[in-house]
Amino acid sequence: MDFTYDDEQTALRDAVRGLVGKAYADYEQRRRATREDPGFDEKLWTQMAEMGLLGLPFSEDDGGVGAGPVEIGIVCRELGRVLAPEPYLSSVVLAGGLVSAVGTPEQRQELLGALSGGESVLAFAHDEPGHRWGAEAHDVTADGSGALTGTKDGVLHGARADVLVVSAVLPEGGTGLFLVAGDALASVERSGYPTYDGGRAARITFDATPATPLGASAADVTASIATVQDITRIMAANEALGAMQTQLGATTEYLKSRKQFGVTLNTFQALTFRAADMYTSLELTHSMVDWATMVVAAGGPAQVADAAARAGLQVSRAGRHVGQEAIQLHGGIAMTAEYNVGTFTAHLTALDHLLGDAGHHLRTLDATLGDHGVIDPLDRTATQ
Amino acid sequence: MQLALTEDDQAFREEMRTFFTTEFPEEIRRTVEEGRELTREQIVESQQALNAAGLAVPHWPEEWGGRGWSELKRHIWHEEMQAASVPVPLAFNASMIGPVIAQFGTQEQKEKFLPRTANLDIWWSQGFSEPDAGSDLASLRTTAVLDGDDWIVNGQKTWTTLGQYGDWIFTLVRTDPEVKKQAGISMLLIDMTTPGVEVRPIELIDGGHEVNEVWFTDVRVPGENLVGEVNSGWTQAKFLLGNERVGVAPVGATKRVLARAKELGAATLADDPLLRARVVELENELLALELTALRVAAHSAGAEPHPASSVLKLKGTELQQAVSELVVDLGGPATLASGEGDATLDWYRRSTPTYLNLRKASIYGGSNEIQRQIISRNILGL
Repeated sequence: MDFTYDDEQTALRDAVRGLVGKAYADYEQRRRATREDPGFDEKLWTQMAEMGLLGLPFSEDDGGVGAGPVEIGIVCRELGRVLAPEPYLSSVVLAGGLVSAVGTPEQRQELLGALSGGESVLAFAHDEPGHRWGAEAHDVTADGSGALTGTKDGVLHGARADVLVVSAVLPEGGTGLFLVAGDALASVERSGYPTYDGGRAARITFDATPATPLGASAADVTASIATVQDITRIMAANEALGAMQTQLGATTEYLKSRKQFGVTLNTFQALTFRAADMYTSLELTHSMVDWATMVVAAGGPAQVADAAARAGLQVSRAGRHVGQEAIQLHGGIAMTAEYNVGTFTAHLTALDHLLGDAGHHLRTLDATLGDHGVIDPLDRTATQ
Repeated sequence: MQLALTEDDQAFREEMRTFFTTEFPEEIRRTVEEGRELTREQIVESQQALNAAGLAVPHWPEEWGGRGWSELKRHIWHEEMQAASVPVPLAFNASMIGPVIAQFGTQEQKEKFLPRTANLDIWWSQGFSEPDAGSDLASLRTTAVLDGDDWIVNGQKTWTTLGQYGDWIFTLVRTDPEVKKQAGISMLLIDMTTPGVEVRPIELIDGGHEVNEVWFTDVRVPGENLVGEVNSGWTQAKFLLGNERVGVAPVGATKRVLARAKELGAATLADDPLLRARVVELENELLALELTALRVAAHSAGAEPHPASSVLKLKGTELQQAVSELVVDLGGPATLASGEGDATLDWYRRSTPTYLNLRKASIYGGSNEIQRQIISRNILGL
């Protein structure tokens, strides 16, 4: 039981902070990067690749670094602290995670090698209009030859992506994964748009689009999708934690410097007590996120799914609390796009709706409520 | 970062679990599990059973019964004890005055009091709060005036929990009314059988007699019963209250109550998704709290506590209250009973008195508003 980073992990954190934290230390840099497509800094993305960050989750055989979940969590947390718009979560953790989990050795080496090297951006085309969260595809179908038909929406960085990982209902039922790249990708109708937090997403329509199965042949990989989504939930929780830490810091600094009625705002207990409650939410979340990250390292799919739902529920509640209060305690300034705090709240809202909000996680946890008396957080190994 | 306990800590956890569940008096555990009140005799028996096993005061200095455990081991001890429905050692003795005497007392005071305090041969009461000195404790007005070598004490203390059982009471008294209020306070140990000490019961909203007023009328206290220097009482009080806060996040006990509610209310829960959602939320919040307690315990190096420890009392008591509230709602109309004159021992018949009683939790040990003050001032620098 140890909640501290070892020396190498601390060095990694400092390195990420030195690169990404420095690049976006001035919030105006983030605004500039998100103003034009692709909505992030391609040069910084290359530098992240050179530092080895893009290959962290993948094995050395696949061109990666073979690091663990704690290291990936460190990167996500640091990106969250400065609201870095680079597609780390969507491209590396989620889409790359799927390739790593389901792909053949050849597919992994080709796709993950290029992703790790910063030469290729991946996107996971999964969500569909009219459906909420889950591991399954609904209305996008694959025919017997693997050709895809139907519409995906909310595909993060879907317009910029060099390779799409697409989920589709298989002819015999179940959800398979397919790769769309090259000429096939050029034939797809991709309508990109900015998201409210400065990110990028796309609506993508397939019409008998030729696709290659991810893996040796098309097969139902719903369980693999679910596990990669769970790991992504936990990494998104790390990103959200970083964002909340920045928000609380900005809020306390503001309360100490902003004057009204001739005194600084921290003179008013109505405000300082609310900041104290933000701190409480944040620290409880910090513990839960650290724990869930460690469960990814120690547990099997069932333990990871449970930890993802628990961290997801906590982060959803805390993210709304901290995000909303950060704006209120600042006042009007936080409503402006020029000041960073409001956009942090927007990003927390986006993360909350990426892979399931509090209600979604409540339903997941309700299904296993009768399986235990008390929860033992230390007993989370795969052999359990 | 490492989730698993070390082999040593895991073995320690097993050892604690085995002792609490197989060697500790069964009837006391059952009484706690069923949410019934313990008698004075049971509380004494409980602490003596722990003390005989070296488990009553592990956090004290080793020469007075401490075990020199890591913070994590102390956390495990505390959690396993609560999980097994073993009453935690009497806070007034084990968490409050014992460590104060060990830190500030004379050698004579240590020898006279510490072994008997650990073994609950002396039952200590707390004489801090007064009618006009609650959260603003330093405004206390009970006076002590020197008469030869003795102190003469006059005044009134209140909210003295289980004062009806007390043998001795540790008090804060005003010894210098002329200086800044914190600078004129001293700590005196008073034998409650001394003439002029009177304990009067206060009836509470749960119908129980848990707290008291303690009146002092020309009570003569030997000079040797002063702890520390004259007018240094605020130092000892801050030391004591700092320790008190650490012990008041009853995570294990609250988890146990919630698990029992799930079991006893299973039929109701099966039909009611809204109640189940509340259970899920509470389980999750308790998990976050427990993990925070673990994070604090695993990090504690040196004298400075991890800043996140300040949320433990605040959130711990909120969840303790929220679980008691859920239990009442789970019972529905059956919870109308006061618990008095009740031989059935049905769980829901004491649930409302427990809920009402636990409103105290966010008031004592430094009210939760005081905790917010500590967080905003000391941690956030506001």
